Amino acid sequence: MKEQITEPNDWLFEITPKNKLLSLNLKEVWHYRDLLMLFVKRDVITVYKQTILGPLWYLIQPLFTSIIFTIIFNNIAGIKTGGIPPFLFNLAGVTSWNYFRECLTSTSDTFKKNAGIFGKVYFPRIIMPLSNVISNLLKFGIQLLIFIGFYIYFIFKGLAIYPNISILFLPVLVIIMALLGLGLGMIISSMVTKYRDLSFLVTFGVQLLMYVSAVMYPMSIVKEKLGNISWIVEYNPMAHIIETSRYMLLNEGELNIKGILFSIVFTIFIFLIGLVIFNKTEKSFIDTV
Amino acid sequence: MSEIILKIENLSKQYRLGTVGTGTLSHDLNRWWHKVRGKEDPFLKIGDVNNRATKGTSEYVWALKDINIEVKKGEVLGIIGKNGAGKSTLLKILSKVTGPTTGSIKSRGRIASLLEVGTGFHPELTGRENIFLNGAILGMTKTEINAKYDEIVEFSGCERYIDTPVKRYSSGMRVRLAFAVAAFLEPDILVIDEVLAVGDAEFQKKAIGKMQDISKGEGRTVLFVSHNMDAILKLTTRAIVLENGKVVFTGSTDEAVKNYISLKNSIKINKNWDAINEAPGNLFARLKKISVLNNANIPNYDFDVSEDIFILIDYWDFNIENKNTAIIQVFNEYDVLLFSSNEFNSPIWETIHNGNKAVIKTKCKIPSNFLTEGKYSVLVAIGNYNPNRIHIKIENALTFSVRDNFIEGVETVKKNIGGNWPGIIRPLLKWEITKEI
Repeated sequence: MKEQITEPNDWLFEITPKNKLLSLNLKEVWHYRDLLMLFVKRDVITVYKQTILGPLWYLIQPLFTSIIFTIIFNNIAGIKTGGIPPFLFNLAGVTSWNYFRECLTSTSDTFKKNAGIFGKVYFPRIIMPLSNVISNLLKFGIQLLIFIGFYIYFIFKGLAIYPNISILFLPVLVIIMALLGLGLGMIISSMVTKYRDLSFLVTFGVQLLMYVSAVMYPMSIVKEKLGNISWIVEYNPMAHIIETSRYMLLNEGELNIKGILFSIVFTIFIFLIGLVIFNKTEKSFIDTV
Repeated sequence: MSEIILKIENLSKQYRLGTVGTGTLSHDLNRWWHKVRGKEDPFLKIGDVNNRATKGTSEYVWALKDINIEVKKGEVLGIIGKNGAGKSTLLKILSKVTGPTTGSIKSRGRIASLLEVGTGFHPELTGRENIFLNGAILGMTKTEINAKYDEIVEFSGCERYIDTPVKRYSSGMRVRLAFAVAAFLEPDILVIDEVLAVGDAEFQKKAIGKMQDISKGEGRTVLFVSHNMDAILKLTTRAIVLENGKVVFTGSTDEAVKNYISLKNSIKINKNWDAINEAPGNLFARLKKISVLNNANIPNYDFDVSEDIFILIDYWDFNIENKNTAIIQVFNEYDVLLFSSNEFNSPIWETIHNGNKAVIKTKCKIPSNFLTEGKYSVLVAIGNYNPNRIHIKIENALTFSVRDNFIEGVETVKKNIGGNWPGIIRPLLKWEITKEI
């Protein structure tokens, strides 16, 4: 008789071969929130240990990239950036792009990089990419400060630049970038566990993607210069995100509501697919990685 | 207290052997195609029993097959088995590191595992930071760790170094710190795999003591995997024995340990292969007969220290290019290789192996008063040297045991002295004595 009382489903959990298709177990992630923060802390503290310049590296990379872009694309190629100083224009693009790129690349080798720790202990695997996204946010913040520094410098020099009121929506844009990077990264990381080919693709794929993401040129010149193949930029969600971020920060270019809506829908779609694939992989990737 | 806290039902785990390549992709596509049409995975039907020593026919093996275990609340269950029996796979599935292929595990409590201590230690972080990081990885919250922090540091005995990066720690200190964190975990079910094999003697004692506290005093459910029969006997009351991915025994720890040891050291004193094509070997040699014989040429298992032991190896010799030799290696019960010996030590070996096919009959004598008391296992092999080639090799092919029965009037090393006799062999040596007055 007792059997019948205890038998019914009062199991705390069950381990079965298959996960539910879409189970972002938020309760579980919440239980591990301290771990999430500790990983963020670890990333931030340890990245630049035993380097001389330390966190200065956060600044050097976007600055030099922007300088080179300015020389090549604006001085040599002669791309016009409206009333905005080309350097500031590029810095805005690079700063936004960097955040997306970091989210994507750090997420895309989640399983491979952490096989050691994942092979020994269980915690929601999504914690790892989430911690990447958050620690990159810090980096993004620092780079944004540099941008603001130059912004003020140019204002003092008498340039009439001012942000658009829509800058209040910048956090939303950042979240979209994070989700897109996370979604794509999760898809790639899941496939890399079995087929390593993709990790080669990521390295130069991201590079190529940058050139069609309107980082160093405004969307307005895409149509006139590219003509038939302008879709390559127009249907790139990142291009709209970068363009919008510049609109918010510099009040430059136009706000393409249709474009940004497309980006949001695309991002959510990619993120959900990423989640499904990630869920499917996390259960047994350790056997194939 | 008879509530079942953990229930493992028909659990199986399949692994694919070999490397990942284009074959994997085609299998994956095949599997996916079956799934799309709503059919069963075709690769689940195949698969060999997981025995690493034998050559299988399939790329797929079952590391675990149809495991059924029920664990009651507060029980300390030991899991024993040889290397590759599936112990670690089972623990990995239990701790959710990897998923099962079929079957399920139901649990009424949180499971935490100590598969390997020190997981996630970061060398650049200090001891203090690592305690928090490691604790969080194992599933504790910050508040929980804070509450136990002082105890953890004290248990580890690394107080002095707690604000130094872990990369400056000695390996022993690292392990101490890691074990200390794990020991203060408070899950409902704790899974432990061989963590006692670390640290110095003092710390091992401390660790075993802590385990006993956890299992006895605090009424925690523990699954304990070890090769250390001593620890298993000390800590557990019930145990299961795994062999080749299957549960072969469930019952009291005493019985299970006996079962396990006999599994490993079963009596093997005589084996014949009558059919030449079924005998182990290849084009160059095939085994015909192996046995352990006593003085009277009768297969025997129990020997007295004063008895000669004979290892007989008969084989078909087809090698016309090189001279084959029979080889034996004798291991004691702790798997220590005591010595190896070759047929070519016989003075007539050169002339016997004259390049003609023949049945070679060899017999090697292990002299009396040479081995100490204990159980022995013999590896039998046939091969040739220059070039070196092994045609047949069978580990644990024969077994025998040696005892000192104190037979009257027989010369032995120990004579009639009681107690243990030190040393891993017990040769009777010549002593010369003179006396000066």
